[in-house]
Amino acid sequence: MDLELSAEQEAFRLVVRDFAAAEIAPHAEAWDRDHHFPVEVVQAMGELGLFGLPFPEAYGGSGADLTTLCVAIEELARVDHSLAITLSAGVGLGASPIFHFGTEEQKQRWLPDLCAGRALGAFGLTEPDGGSDAGATRTRAVADGDEWVIDGEKAFITNSGTAITSVITVTARTAAPDVAGGAGKGEISAFLVPAGTPGLEVQPPYRKMGWHASDTHGLSLAGCRVPADNLLGSRGQGFRSFLAILDEGRIAISALALGCIEACLALSTDYAGERHAFGKPIGSNQAVAFSIADLAVMAENARNLTYKAAALRDAGRPITRAAAVAKLYTTEAAVTATRVATQVFGGYGFVDETPVSRFYRDAKILEIGEGTSEIQRLVISRSLGLPVG
Amino acid sequence: MNVVVCVKQIPDPATPGALDPSTNYLKRDGKLILDDSDAYGVEMALQLVTAAGGGDVTLVSMAPNNESSGLRTGLAMGAAKAILVSDPSLAGSDALGTAKVLAAAIKRAEPELVIAATESSDGYTGTVPEQIAALLGFPSITFAKSIEIADGTAKVDRQTEAGYDEVSAPLPALISVTAGVVEPRYPSFKGIMAAKSKPVDTITVADLGLGADQVGEAGARQEIVAVTAAEERQAGEIVEDDGESHLKIVQFLETQKVL
Ligand SMILES: Cc1cc2nc3c(=O)[nH]c(=O)nc-3n(C[C@H](O)[C@H](O)[C@H](O)COP(=O)(O)OP(=O)(O)OC[C@H]3O[C@@H](n4cnc5c(N)ncnc54)[C@H](O)[C@@H]3O)c2cc1C
Ligand SMILES: Cc1cc2nc3c(=O)[nH]c(=O)nc-3n(C[C@H](O)[C@H](O)[C@H](O)COP(=O)(O)OP(=O)(O)OC[C@H]3O[C@@H](n4cnc5c(N)ncnc54)[C@H](O)[C@@H]3O)c2cc1C
Repeated sequence: MDLELSAEQEAFRLVVRDFAAAEIAPHAEAWDRDHHFPVEVVQAMGELGLFGLPFPEAYGGSGADLTTLCVAIEELARVDHSLAITLSAGVGLGASPIFHFGTEEQKQRWLPDLCAGRALGAFGLTEPDGGSDAGATRTRAVADGDEWVIDGEKAFITNSGTAITSVITVTARTAAPDVAGGAGKGEISAFLVPAGTPGLEVQPPYRKMGWHASDTHGLSLAGCRVPADNLLGSRGQGFRSFLAILDEGRIAISALALGCIEACLALSTDYAGERHAFGKPIGSNQAVAFSIADLAVMAENARNLTYKAAALRDAGRPITRAAAVAKLYTTEAAVTATRVATQVFGGYGFVDETPVSRFYRDAKILEIGEGTSEIQRLVISRSLGLPVG
Repeated sequence: MNVVVCVKQIPDPATPGALDPSTNYLKRDGKLILDDSDAYGVEMALQLVTAAGGGDVTLVSMAPNNESSGLRTGLAMGAAKAILVSDPSLAGSDALGTAKVLAAAIKRAEPELVIAATESSDGYTGTVPEQIAALLGFPSITFAKSIEIADGTAKVDRQTEAGYDEVSAPLPALISVTAGVVEPRYPSFKGIMAAKSKPVDTITVADLGLGADQVGEAGARQEIVAVTAAEERQAGEIVEDDGESHLKIVQFLETQKVL
């Protein structure tokens, strides 16, 4: 499989790198400190076409592919995880479900603004009582005339409360578990809930360990009414839909983890050459140099796994296992890489002026969001035919 | 309105440059990129064409080895087409030779306005644009920090040490712009893909009707006689503060004629 990027993808990588260096890097520390979601920069990312990368031009997209999106996410993540996840979630969780499962009318209504970065979409799957076990969804939607009435709670929903959030796709049970039977999954459907719909309450932002400049909220839905037309995909398709979408999202998260590892590698290499202890650069100690050599191996592996999974997806081949493998490896490596980089930086690695300290806090969630490491292992184990639950 | 932008393609400033020891010319055999200084001109031209409600931006460049990577960047930003003059006989061109070639190429596009940067990032003689203007018989305005076009006239705020002058010239004219003129856009992925299929007309010295003796080393009126390394930066002077150090600072600023 040829993982070589095209000349145009490489040219685009440099554009995104320049953009990140000029528009994001100088402010990343302050946004992190102030828990500030920089709407104007998100919109500038939109003007660059980042949010429309994998979608057709007919909906305002760039007609590119998942590989090109990965390039953009990787470059953003080298300087700031929060904006990288804002892009990853905006595309993978916000726009993708509408693109894949929406009616023509729904696509025309929502996608142009989402692709242009004028608006952001969110995907509300996780609930306070359960994320990994998505089949245990408690939120309910009941048909009432030509409307659906949605009641329930969602937790940790990215991009759900920004000034430009336009729509949240919410999964909800449309029949009791016993009706559909089978592993208690019941019938789960997905609904497009426009921001500002009466009955939808966006809770105050979480105080998080990392991703401070990314927008995350809990949602309460109480008697929240949407028109019957806002059903996304067919009734009962909610569960299948989001699983398919998550596979692509996992590859995007791998690209984010890859950018993180590369940043740790570059920063540690420079620092180990400059910083002196005992009259010589710290990098002249094998203990330090070897830990950085390991980062180079992680970066190489992460790059290969990420772009292979993306290439499979762009070739229309099955990706469930490749996405799980990539997500599991790259995110665990990213957490290790931030720990190594922080160690190389010593005390400076623990203070906010140094990006590695921010990366250290930011990386942990990569092993949790869009399917925990355990869930990835579950997917991989099943693909091996192991009799796991 | 049709606008030509001169864009120089230069070795990436991020990678250290080198001189060819036999000629003392800058080595230009690697990949060249769009000179950042010219991104401002491209953006200004795109905005002026939009404001005029129609027309095209054409890029003109002279570069070795049919190099077009830098042109693709300008095309990705939105320019419609490019003219590239590339010819082995151009090796050794001095600034006037470069201006002759560019002037002849620009003529083909019949522009109402020509934009260049005040000076390039690698050669920075800052002389090519005015020589082009003289060769084309166009009025020339330098150091533009803003440009407005109305009724066949270019109105320019021209950066000076004290502030700026308001000057104007009838079209067609040549204007060299400063880095402050506009904020260049980032090329989008769609722009990059579109640039792939935009026309780059690659021509030779003969196509321009210029004699080989007018350009290149043969036509150069300048000669590089010697190259010396720039003086190393001197260690600064450290003044211990004995309560009177401010006077030393005043004294220093006076010797530098800052005060
Ligand atoms: C910043 C942030 C942003 C997020 N954004 C979104 C979003 O936009 N949309 C959305 O829907 N969700 C979002 N999430 C939620 C996230 O996807 C979930 O937190 C994640 O899937 C884990 O679910 P949980 O928190 O309910 O953990 P649980 O499912 O309760 O898991 C707890 C622990 O048990 C383990 N575990 C569970 N089941 C098994 C098993 N069968 N075998 C082995 N181990 C198991 C898990 O791996 C984990 O370690 C976000 C979370 C955060 C923190
Ligand atoms: C004896 C001699 C031999 C030389 N040999 C070579 C050689 O073999 N190869 C070589 O590449 N250089 C060579 N040079 C350097 C070359 O002459 C200058 O780089 C060139 O004339 C442009 O001058 P500048 O960069 O100082 O332009 P400036 O006057 O500083 O440029 C101002 C603006 O004019 C425009 N411009 C300038 N040059 C170009 C261009 N080529 N294409 C499009 N727009 C342009 C741009 O907008 C630029 O920002 C030689 C110089 C000398 C003196």
